[in-house]
Amino acid sequence: MNIKVLGGGCKSCEALLASAKEAVAQKGIDAEIEYITDMEKIMGFGVMSMPALIIDGKVVSAGKVLKAKDVEKFL
Amino acid sequence: MWDFINTQILGMKWLSILISKLLSALGVDTDSRIGGSIQFFFYDVIKISIFLCLLIFVISYIQSFFPPERSRKLMGKFRGIGANIVGALLGTVTPFCSCSSIPIFMGFTSAGLPLGVTFSFLISSPMVDLGSLVLLMSIFGVRIAIVYVVMGLMIAVVGGSLIEKLHMEDQIADFIRNANSSVDIETPSLTVKERLIYAKDQVVSTVKKVFPYILIGVGIGAVIHNWIPESWVRTVLGGINPFGVILATILGIPMYADIFGVVPIAEALLSKGALLGTILSFMMAVTTLSLPSLIMLKKAIKTKLLGIFIAICTVGIIIVGYGFNVFQYLFI
Repeated sequence: MNIKVLGGGCKSCEALLASAKEAVAQKGIDAEIEYITDMEKIMGFGVMSMPALIIDGKVVSAGKVLKAKDVEKFL
Repeated sequence: MWDFINTQILGMKWLSILISKLLSALGVDTDSRIGGSIQFFFYDVIKISIFLCLLIFVISYIQSFFPPERSRKLMGKFRGIGANIVGALLGTVTPFCSCSSIPIFMGFTSAGLPLGVTFSFLISSPMVDLGSLVLLMSIFGVRIAIVYVVMGLMIAVVGGSLIEKLHMEDQIADFIRNANSSVDIETPSLTVKERLIYAKDQVVSTVKKVFPYILIGVGIGAVIHNWIPESWVRTVLGGINPFGVILATILGIPMYADIFGVVPIAEALLSKGALLGTILSFMMAVTTLSLPSLIMLKKAIKTKLLGIFIAICTVGIIIVGYGFNVFQYLFI
């Protein structure tokens, strides 16, 4: 499983990254987590609201700082 | 009746009296300088905190209906100046944190929205929002609040139209211009419960984020309120200084603060005899242009357009300031 957190490097984006890491640890699954702040790459996903969560190439959440248990639902 | 709403509900006069009584019961003389500062500090912090929570809740609920994807669609339906007006209005209700401004810029531009419309949106969203409207009503009264909002929207519409007229399309960063990915993401419709939860979460995160600014803002306000001589404020920001507006704007631009932190400073300066237009220019400058947001924007547009953007905002804010000063007698 591949998880990407997109963001501009602000606090809310980092909070989402932390939630994603926690969710993966909780579930004990094998997942690769990437933190993407490169605007060119972000643009490719077509998301406008940061932070965004991408799981296996699909945008599952945008503009929200999810808590770890909310992230788990998507895994 | 209207007077009651204005002074007691929006102005929270009862809170001021309550705090005075509590402080005198504790043996603090609120007529003294230190006592007065303490009174101002507690009154303003409590008042602004109450407003902040209520406002962010209501505003976030409304905003949950306008994700950027939807705003983009709405704006695409209009042409010419109409599109700029819609862009400026949607800027006031579309939620985004500062680090989303670039993705929004990219998303709008790659979807083929005119550059001017995107700028109308980008100018109005930090300068005018629903929060500033109600907060200004509480402190300066309804008329001033409405005029502030209308002026802010005008700067956004005129500024955006100007940028459109200048044909600056070549000033967009190359990677955005060359991209043609207009991925249309379906935005899920939310239930009332989800919107309420969203609004609550927004209140919590916003309070966490802006509370330090409020404390600093009110602290500075309290100092101005009771320690800075009125004659100083009058000389620098009052009618005597013809450059007051320009000075206030230039001072405000690099500052980065939330409208909730700026208002107490503005309130204190106004009570010390600063001119209204000068104060409004200061507030607009602080909220609209700031170093962090300009650094972000630099990634998406080239230097020339960035310069024009700064110039348009600055000139617009200065014109509004002088306009207000001239017609001040109509509003106070």
